[in-house]
Amino acid sequence: MPGYSDPGFDTLALHAGATPDPTTGARATPIHLSTSFVFQSSEHAASLFNMERSGHVYSRISNPTTAVLEERIAALEGGAGAIATASGQAALHLAIATLAGAGSHIVASSALYGGSHNLLDYTLRRFGISTTFVQPGDIDAWRAAIRPETRLLFGETLGNPGLDVLDIPTVSAIAHDAKLPLLVDSTFTPPWLLKPFDHGADLIFHSATKFLSGHGTVVGGLLVDSGAFDWAASGRFPELSAPYDGFHGMVFSEESTVGAFLLRARREGLRDFGACMSPHTAWLILQGIETLPLRMARHVENTRKIVAMLAAHPMVARVGYPELDGHPSQALAKQLLPRGCGAVFSFDIQGSRAQGVAFIEALKLFSHLANVGDCRSLVIHPASTTHFRMDDAALARAGIGPGTIRLSVGLEDAADLIDDLKRALKVAEKAA
Amino acid sequence: MKLDVNGQSAHVYTGGKPFDPALPCVVFVHGALHDHSVWTLLARWCAHHGHGVLAVDLPGHGQSAGPVLASVEAAADWLLALLATAGVKNDGQVTLVGHSMGSLIALEAAARAPALIGRLVMVGTAYPMKVSEALLSTSAQAPLRAIDMVNSFSISTLAAKPSYPGPGMWLHGSNRALMRRTLAGPNATGCAVNLFHHDFSVCDAYSGGLDAAAKVTAKVTFALGSADQMTPPRATRELAAALKAKVATLPSGHSLPAEAPDELLAALRGALN
Repeated sequence: MPGYSDPGFDTLALHAGATPDPTTGARATPIHLSTSFVFQSSEHAASLFNMERSGHVYSRISNPTTAVLEERIAALEGGAGAIATASGQAALHLAIATLAGAGSHIVASSALYGGSHNLLDYTLRRFGISTTFVQPGDIDAWRAAIRPETRLLFGETLGNPGLDVLDIPTVSAIAHDAKLPLLVDSTFTPPWLLKPFDHGADLIFHSATKFLSGHGTVVGGLLVDSGAFDWAASGRFPELSAPYDGFHGMVFSEESTVGAFLLRARREGLRDFGACMSPHTAWLILQGIETLPLRMARHVENTRKIVAMLAAHPMVARVGYPELDGHPSQALAKQLLPRGCGAVFSFDIQGSRAQGVAFIEALKLFSHLANVGDCRSLVIHPASTTHFRMDDAALARAGIGPGTIRLSVGLEDAADLIDDLKRALKVAEKAA
Repeated sequence: MKLDVNGQSAHVYTGGKPFDPALPCVVFVHGALHDHSVWTLLARWCAHHGHGVLAVDLPGHGQSAGPVLASVEAAADWLLALLATAGVKNDGQVTLVGHSMGSLIALEAAARAPALIGRLVMVGTAYPMKVSEALLSTSAQAPLRAIDMVNSFSISTLAAKPSYPGPGMWLHGSNRALMRRTLAGPNATGCAVNLFHHDFSVCDAYSGGLDAAAKVTAKVTFALGSADQMTPPRATRELAAALKAKVATLPSGHSLPAEAPDELLAALRGALN
């Protein structure tokens, strides 16, 4: 591979981690739907189990197809390696469970996907892991919330629902001052848009269900390690720097200076919790990633056109896209997201919940469902779906209005999407 | 484990088992801007197959205290002092395995203690190990850029299988991360410019290879990467002839321990037998 640096992003999206199959010559990555892999000998088997050799044993721990996806996302993020999981939530859980236990504490942004908030605020508390939530833009609050038992700082690169851009350089510096890592959920900002490791993040996870897959066909997660964080020097992570009785007394930071986290996460987390990714799912996500650069460019292009239309529409009270004047994250967006702020955003219709419902029901191209990051355009009305139990005051505290609409802009012709939205806005206006 | 060598703390990885100086000893020496962790698969195999293992962090690298050593010769003296500190005495039962810069250190150590060193395995080696002026100056002025250059020169594929040290690792990214961390390490002191430039300068300046070869009595094996752009196999012929080395050419670039761990294990097993 000649050259003076790694290949470019588009090349890595197609080739990283994959090579023509040495046995069959297959050019595309084969789907290795095999639970387990034959040992060459008893000695070979023992050496694999004892980590004297690298290789695949059982597909809950690793699989050749899944490994291609793991290398691919690590390459695109600029990381040292990755682990594929059953879902984005499984990736978040794997990261936390590898670093934290009963008595541990997390500092997290309050602007999180609801599932992540539930995990941190309710489920993990039952297991003795507590979380302090801070406004993502309140830098002093991040610093003040850190305790001796804190193990992790966590935020979304684009917060939910207002698309607050996480100040990764500043928050990661706060984390590193306290000898802690910063984990980010980069689901809304696949690496074509943002590479959080370049700005100081230490761990990234994706719901690969979304833009990485891009076709709304599979559920999966990816957890990526930069390899930059010094777990042993931190002194806060005996899970990685002290002998682990559950795996030959291994000291993971000794075994791999840059891969300690991933070794423990795979050899404990995947082994014991078992939230692995199917090789078939990995293959479908690989198909998506091959066209990620092309798709993301189109997602952003369409989004910008729709944002411009909505921002000028008399039925629209507010558009929450960080590139717009007045958005609190506009300056950070220019710094961290020059290629665009993704294709998921919300806007407020002038009117009631009923008008929001009328708008949704009048759309034809936008599909009403609970997902984002599909090649098809999607829409949801939080006040009548995900947050329907909340009254208007509670909605306001969550940053959601009765007429708030969330769009995930797809790859259709922008003119058709704009026509669809304009027609639905007219219906909403008449429903007043 | 930690050893006190010449009054400085030295970090040594022992392959997942306590070091036993009574066993035949295999010593691993890493290359520029690396540490012991490039050897863990091989080291674990040796430690669990009847050998005492010492995979060192050279002074100023990884978890060994600085300052860094000024030359290949100084590093060889340090390595032999470390073996003495570890209690290694069994003449002829010591195998030195060095990668790139580490291979020169191993060669020089084998020349200085011919009775002790029974086998010498030089991985991704060349002599002279001249570094281009462009790379030397880039390592001094823009070390992160130089790391990317070396990373690209050192790895011959975008899909090194099986991944090192295990599935899911991206070799380009893990090697870049390791070199950056070693460069920024708290012990990387005593360099005129920076540790990267220092290591490259040490390789570039070493001129004692043929003199050392004349003193070596060990059985010598070269493990070379067929696609190595850093130390191409053709750059080893004179030294290989002087050492009467058995040459194993493996399908790999310069990063043989990570890019071709199975093939390198086979070559090492051949050398040990």
